[in-house]
Amino acid sequence: MSSSAILRHQEDAVTTSVVAEAEPAPALDPTPKRAVGQLAAQWYRLNKESLRGVAIGAISLFLFLVVWHLLTTYRVVFFVRFTNVPAPLEVYASFTKAIHDPKFLMHLLLSCRRILIGFSLAAVVGVPLGLVMGRFKLIHEIVFPVAEVLRPIPAIAWVPMAIMLWPTNEQSIVFITFLGSFFPILVNTLHGMSLVDPVLVRAAQCLGARESSIFREVYFPASLPHIFTGLTVGMGVAWVSLIAAEMISGQYGIGYFTWEAYSLVQYADIALGMIAIGVLGLGSSLLIRGGGQLAMPWRSK
Amino acid sequence: MSQIERQVDIRPPQGHIEVEDFALSYETIEGSVEAVSNTHIHVKPGEFVSIVGPSGCGKSTLLNAVAGFLKPTSGTVTVDGEPVNGPSAERGMVFQQYSLFPWKTVRENVEFGLKMRGMPRAQRERAARTLLGLAGLEAFEKHYPERLSGGMKQRVGIVRALATGPKVLLLDEPFGALDAQTRVIMQQILTNLWQRMKISVLFVTHDIDEAIFLSDRVYCMSARPGSIKAEIPIPLERPRQQSMMMSSEFLALKRGLMSLIREESLKAMGGEISDLGMQGLNIDLHGHSLAEIL
Repeated sequence: MSSSAILRHQEDAVTTSVVAEAEPAPALDPTPKRAVGQLAAQWYRLNKESLRGVAIGAISLFLFLVVWHLLTTYRVVFFVRFTNVPAPLEVYASFTKAIHDPKFLMHLLLSCRRILIGFSLAAVVGVPLGLVMGRFKLIHEIVFPVAEVLRPIPAIAWVPMAIMLWPTNEQSIVFITFLGSFFPILVNTLHGMSLVDPVLVRAAQCLGARESSIFREVYFPASLPHIFTGLTVGMGVAWVSLIAAEMISGQYGIGYFTWEAYSLVQYADIALGMIAIGVLGLGSSLLIRGGGQLAMPWRSK
Repeated sequence: MSQIERQVDIRPPQGHIEVEDFALSYETIEGSVEAVSNTHIHVKPGEFVSIVGPSGCGKSTLLNAVAGFLKPTSGTVTVDGEPVNGPSAERGMVFQQYSLFPWKTVRENVEFGLKMRGMPRAQRERAARTLLGLAGLEAFEKHYPERLSGGMKQRVGIVRALATGPKVLLLDEPFGALDAQTRVIMQQILTNLWQRMKISVLFVTHDIDEAIFLSDRVYCMSARPGSIKAEIPIPLERPRQQSMMMSSEFLALKRGLMSLIREESLKAMGGEISDLGMQGLNIDLHGHSLAEIL
């Protein structure tokens, strides 16, 4: 959020300076320059806090790398053993090698595809089911007990069952990813439905809205913030479930890559795999947050 | 005005509300509790009628029954001779809690009823703009409700309820959450809109000044179980001005209504406050109703 604000301000500053330079008024030459300077100062004053945050964040990340470097180069053993842990530069070297390796990219792409299919299915089934359960008591009464019994079972515990259920390995991994994200999405959608302000429903009825319109125009948008909470949580659990499933039963995928690196004593690749998982997880949750801001313009200031 | 009428499709004066032999009771674990009993009210087409009474006297219950949200236990509620079965766009409603859709802009909120009726986009946008102009809200059409003040929100609420050209407008303590200055301005805006649209209004409030200032007639409700205790015509001339609130005529009406309400409030509170304590309160009322203070 803060970074977008910074960007916007920068754009403002740039357009203003362009306009100022384009003006053919040599007599007033010093004025635009001072205006730009003032603008920059003002921009700095307004964004001081977020700039400070960015600076501290950068320093903190740098320090993390330095500590990692020191711990591994001196092979520190203090309960925790850093003897075999790869140094950051080793990981970087293996990263530069990996990005030219089609196999590594295939691992990444396959994991992303599994997430995309499993998570999308969970969203496509979970959100409408939650909406319908929240609106119709009978459906809630039928589905809820089953959901409550299945919900506490971690997706990883489904691995053996999934292998039995589905004809291919690929399908069972997607199924586990689906299960991981399905319940958070369902539960949050349901929660959102239960919090819809009844006065808004009555207001819509007084304006001539029928059942289907109330569903579309009131219940759905009112539940959207909670739906997106569910999607964010669901995406996190989807990655957890996917990596576990890939490590146990996979043949490809970034989770399999990480586990394989351990079996093949390629320690730098373990860290590379972990970082790749972290970056992909972060990226996908940013995508959902962006989607949320697009879908709910009334909530962004 | 004629332009607005064409665009918003406001029908000629209609909206005769009749409530006959009305009673409504709730089922509780200790048996049924009567909220409103033996009540008759009517609102003639184009008339502005208020219901005042102590808190919990069932005035909102009565209004919700006219809106169609509650079914009477006995008796009938009709508008223009047709019985009320559930809410409809023929009876616009304004709620105390504003109840604007937070995910719709001001204009989209006003358009909502027209959209439900299937009016094409361009046409309903034009109608909404005209109405927002009447309420002085043109500049805010693209804002989301969250960014509006309470008074602006409620103006949008009123305009939204009027947009579909309802036969009657029902208001449930619409200005209760506003500060005193804003409330006075809102009352003026509401009377102006009402005079332009010539629509029947049923207005529930606990503010006596507000009821007298706005209404042609005021019903005073008694404490639980609620029923009409008195019906007071307000002969003040229109258009009403703030200065009238200091006139002897206004003050006489207010004194009369206040004593009625005070009696009912005391009855409603039963033994909660001893007579001794009440005498102290009597002295300190400063022209406000007991219901207001409590």
